[in-house]
Amino acid sequence: MLADKDRIFTNVYGFQPWNVDAAMKRGDWDNTKALLELGQDTIIDRIKASGLRGRGGAGFPTGMKWSFMPKNPTPERPSFLVINADESEPGSCKDREIIRHDPHKLIEGALVAGFAMRARAAYIYIRGEYIREAEVLFAAIAEAYDKGFIGKNACGSGYDFDVFCHRGAGAYICGEETAMLESLEGKKGQPRLKPPFPAGAGLYGCPTTVNNVESIAVAPTILRRGPEWFSSFGRENNKGTKLFQISGHVEKPCVVEEAMSISFRELIEKHCGGIRGGWDNLLAVIPGGSSVPLVPAAEIMDAPMDFDGLKAVGSGLGTAAVIVMDKSTDIVRAISRISYFYKHESCGQCTPCREGTGWMWRVMERLRTGDADISEIDTLHQVTKQVEGHTICALGDAAAWPIQGLIRHFRPELERRILEKNGSGTAPMMEAAE
Amino acid sequence: MPKLKVDGIEVEVPQGATVLQACEAAGKEIPRFCYHERLSIAGNCRMCLVEVKPGPPKPQASCALPAADNQEVRTDSAMVKAAREGVMEFLLINHPLDCPICDQGGECDLQDQTMAYGRGATRYTENKRAVTEKYMGPIVKTVMTRCIQCTRCVRFAEEVAGVEEIGAIYRGENMQITSYLEKAVSSELSGNVVDLCPVGALTSKPYAFNARPWELKKTLGIDVMDAVGTNIRIDARGRQVLRVLPRVNEDVNEEWAHDKTRHHVDGLVRRRLDKPYIRRDGKLVAATWDEAFAAIAEVARTAGSSVAAIAGDMVDCETMFAAKKLVEGFGSSLLEGRQTGMAYDVTSLGAVAFNTTIAGVEEADAILLVGSNLRWEAPLINTRVRKAIKKGAKVFAIGPETDLTYKATWLGDDLSLLGKLPDAAADVFAAATKPMIVVGPGALKNGHGAALALAKSLNVVRDGWNGFNVVHTAAARMGALMLGYAQAGGIADIVGASPKLVFVLGADEVDFSAFANSFKVYVGHHGDKGAHHADVILPGATYAEKPGTYVNLEGRVQFSERAVFAPGDARDDWSILRALSDVIGRPLAFDDFGQLRAAMAAEVPALGREGLAGYDWNPPAIDASGEGPVTYPIADFYLTNAICRASPTMQRCSAELVHGEDFAEAAE
Repeated sequence: MLADKDRIFTNVYGFQPWNVDAAMKRGDWDNTKALLELGQDTIIDRIKASGLRGRGGAGFPTGMKWSFMPKNPTPERPSFLVINADESEPGSCKDREIIRHDPHKLIEGALVAGFAMRARAAYIYIRGEYIREAEVLFAAIAEAYDKGFIGKNACGSGYDFDVFCHRGAGAYICGEETAMLESLEGKKGQPRLKPPFPAGAGLYGCPTTVNNVESIAVAPTILRRGPEWFSSFGRENNKGTKLFQISGHVEKPCVVEEAMSISFRELIEKHCGGIRGGWDNLLAVIPGGSSVPLVPAAEIMDAPMDFDGLKAVGSGLGTAAVIVMDKSTDIVRAISRISYFYKHESCGQCTPCREGTGWMWRVMERLRTGDADISEIDTLHQVTKQVEGHTICALGDAAAWPIQGLIRHFRPELERRILEKNGSGTAPMMEAAE
Repeated sequence: MPKLKVDGIEVEVPQGATVLQACEAAGKEIPRFCYHERLSIAGNCRMCLVEVKPGPPKPQASCALPAADNQEVRTDSAMVKAAREGVMEFLLINHPLDCPICDQGGECDLQDQTMAYGRGATRYTENKRAVTEKYMGPIVKTVMTRCIQCTRCVRFAEEVAGVEEIGAIYRGENMQITSYLEKAVSSELSGNVVDLCPVGALTSKPYAFNARPWELKKTLGIDVMDAVGTNIRIDARGRQVLRVLPRVNEDVNEEWAHDKTRHHVDGLVRRRLDKPYIRRDGKLVAATWDEAFAAIAEVARTAGSSVAAIAGDMVDCETMFAAKKLVEGFGSSLLEGRQTGMAYDVTSLGAVAFNTTIAGVEEADAILLVGSNLRWEAPLINTRVRKAIKKGAKVFAIGPETDLTYKATWLGDDLSLLGKLPDAAADVFAAATKPMIVVGPGALKNGHGAALALAKSLNVVRDGWNGFNVVHTAAARMGALMLGYAQAGGIADIVGASPKLVFVLGADEVDFSAFANSFKVYVGHHGDKGAHHADVILPGATYAEKPGTYVNLEGRVQFSERAVFAPGDARDDWSILRALSDVIGRPLAFDDFGQLRAAMAAEVPALGREGLAGYDWNPPAIDASGEGPVTYPIADFYLTNAICRASPTMQRCSAELVHGEDFAEAAE
C-alpha cells in the first residue's frame, strides 16, 4: 500500500482548502523557479527517466511526447500546450478531483510542462458539465496570476507563460485530442485526420501537445522528488503512482492514489472494503473506463493493475476507472447502455462509426431481451470488426471493444436469453404487412 | 519524387501526392465519396481504404495519406475488399434505396460503387433513419434522407463559392447537412453542389423529375450568359434542352458553372419568336418570310448606303460576319456591338482583353479591381481570385463596396484614384512579382486611359507576364471587336449617322428611342425589348440551336455545336441573312455554313482556330485622365439577357436572392 508520504495528490479528498495559500502549505509553487532553471532538456530527460506514461488512456510516454515539440518556436508560430480536462469517459472522475481540490498542482504543472516544451501558453479544456470545477479553476488561475506565478515573467524565471481555461459544451468526442483542438478553434468538435500530428500542426496550425490533467499535475512533484522516486513504484514499463477510480459494486467506491501494478484484489480490499457480497459474488470488471473490454471475475482477481497487466487479460488500463460488477448485474444491459453512450456521442464525421454505433446499439438492445437470432451474435461481432480500425479516431474502437468483450466472455448468456425468448434459437419468420 | 509500389506496379508520383493519386497513377481505381480533386481532403467516407506497408496493421484512408518512398500499397487484398464492403454496407443501412424515384438514378456514385464494391444483400433489419428536407434555395432540391454526409457541399460552399452557408448540425447518426437557418444559399455557384453530391440528396430543383440521364442527347457547347465562355454540355431530349452541365476545361471554367449558365434553359422555350412579324399600323402582325423579306427589300431599295447593324450580347461570330458582309454590300461600315453606349478605344485589342488569362489569375500576387463587381460580371474569374488569395495574393478594389466573397481593401469609388493610388496599394504592387489590374465595365468608359497609364507606371506588363485585364460581360463582345463591330464614338456614331435601315442582331439593351426614324429589322430569338421596337422581326436561333464561334474575354476562340433545332419558322441567323441578301439583290458569297466559316477565317484568321487569338500588346496612347464615380452596370445578376428574362427559374432567383422575396414552400 502506498505510504502517505509518497502521495502526490495530498488533498484529493478536499479535507483542506484548494486555494493558493493552502496549496503552498502543501508544497505547491515551492520555488518553481528552481525547477524551471533546470532547463528544458533536463526537465524532459527527468520526465523520461521517471517512466511516466500518459494518464489519459493511451499510455504514451509523456517525456517523449514533450520532446517532439520544436526546439525553436518563433513569435509568428508559437507552440501551445493543451490540457485535456474534458473527462467524459463513463467511470472516470480523477481529473475532477484534481481540479476541484488541488487545482494549483495542475497550474504549476502547466507552467513546468509548457516551459519544457517551449510553449507560449496552455489551454485547459474543461468539460462543460464541470461547472463548480470550472469555477475553482478560473479562480485558481486568477490567484496564480495575482501571485505572479504565471503570466509575464512567470515565477520570476523570465519566461512568459499564460494559462487559459476554456469550457467545453458537453461533447464526449471533444476529449479526443484533435477534436479538442477543433473545438478550441471554435469549430464543430470533430477529430482531424492524422498525419499531420498536433506536434507538427495543432492548435491554429501551430505545434501543440495535448496532455491529460493527471499527466501534467504530477510533473512538478516528479521533478522535486526525482525521477528515481517516481519510478520506484510499479513494474518495469508501468512506473509511478496513479489515481484509481473504483465505482460499482464495492462496499466503498472511491478515488484513491495507489502505486501502479497493485493487484486488483489488493486495490479492492485495501481501499474499497471488498466486493459487495464477497469475492464469489464478483461477475466482471471493466478496468479502464467504458471503452475497454470487460474482464470476467476469474481473470481479473489477481491481475496487476497496470498497462501491460491488463493488456495481458485482453483489456486495458485506460484511465484506471475501475467499474466493478457483481452477479446482480444484467451484464448485457450494462454493455448495451455503453453502446448507447457511443451511439449518442459519435461525432458523425466518418461512416463506420456514424452508422455502425447505431446499428450495434440496436442489436444490443434486442440481445438484451433475447429478441434475436443466434446468428445475429456473429453478425454483431462482424459489425464491430467492421468499425474497429476503420475510423478517423479511436471512438470507433472504443465503441466496438466492450461488445467484443461481452461476446468473448458472455456468449452463453446471450444465447440463453435468445433460447429463453423464442425456444428454438431462430427468429420467427417475418411476414409482410398487407 | 516518392517511388512506391501499388499492387506490385512501381510508380513515381510528385512530392506531396497522396496514396490515392499514386494508385490512380498505377491505373488502379479507388472508390471514393468524400474525396474531390478541387476540394480540401475530408477523409470521412472511409471508402478509399487501402492496405499500406509500412504502417499500422489496419487499412488506411488513401485520400489523406501522403505517398512516401518504399510504400507497398495493396488495393486488391482481402483486407481492402472487406473494408470496402463494410463501408458500403454502413453507407447503405440508412440510405433509403429509393433509386426508382430519385433524380440521381443513372448518374449516382453510390449506385455505381454499390454495384462494384458492395455485398449483394443487407444484414440490417432495424428501422432506417429519416431526415427532413432542408431549404437551400430555388436551385437546389434536397432529399436529405439520402445524404451520406460526405460534406462535399459544405467544403464547396466554404472554399470555392466563398459563402459559409452550408454546414452540418447535430452529431452521430443524427448529423444533418443544412443551409444556415435553412435560408436560400446566396451564391451564384450554388448549382455546382448538385454535381458534387455523390448521391441524390442535392438535386436540381428546376430539373426535378424531368428526365433520366440515358434519355438525353449530349451536345458540346459554349455558354453565352457571360463573357467567360464556360464549356458546357447541353443535354436535350427531343426538341427541348432540359439541362446544361459544365464540362472540364482547366483554362476556363475548371469544372464549375454558375447558376445562370445551368438554369436559364427553361427560358429557351418561352417568349420565343417562331414566325416573322411585320409592323402594320403600329402593331406587329404575323407574316410569312416572303412578306417580311419584301418589306425589308422595299426599304433597302431607297436606303442607299444608310444601313447599319447592331450586334447583341449573345450572337455568334458567324451571324455577325454575315451581317457585316450584308451591310458592306450597301457600302456602309456602320457596325457596333456595344449596345449600352460604351466607347472605349479598340485600336489595339490587347488593351481591352483579359491578358493574364483566366487560369493565370491564380498566379497573381497583387490584384487591383477597377470598377468591377467580379462576382456578378464573371463569377468563375472570381473563384480564381479566391484561389490566388489562398496562395497569398492581396486584393484592392476601386468602386462602391460590395461583397465579393473575399476580403478586398476598398480604396474608394472614384476613378481619380487611378492617378494617385494610395500608398498601401502602391507599396504592395511595387513588391509584387505578378501584379494584375482588372478593369471592369464600370470603369471602362471613363477610366480606360487612366488604367492603361497606371498599368504602365506599375509595370504590370513585364517579361512573361501581362497583368492588364479588361472584363467584358457579353459573350459576343470580343468576337464583335475582332470583326470590326466598333465605331470610334460607340453607338453614338451610329445614332449620329441616322441610318435608314438598321439590322438589330439580338440586341435587346439598346436605347431604341434614338432610332425612331430608322427601319429596324430584328433578327433574334426572344420577344424582348429589341423585338418590341422592331419594324420587321425575323425569328432566329439561340446559341443552343445553331453551331457557332464564340470568343471569350481572354480572346479564346471556341466552337459550339447545335443541340436542338429552333422552334417553328425560326432559322439559323446566318441563313436568314443569306436568304434576305438574295431578295434585296445583293447576294452574300457563301451558300452553306462551311463556306461562311471559311470566308470568316480568311478575313480574320484567328476566328478559324480554336484557342487563344493572341492579341499584340500595343496599348494606344489615349487620354490618361479619368475621374468620376464608378457604377456597376449589372443591376441584377439573374436577369442580364433576353433568355434569362424569359426563364421562370431565373426570375425566381432574382426575386428571392437579389430582391429578398420570401417563397413559402408546401411541405412534401
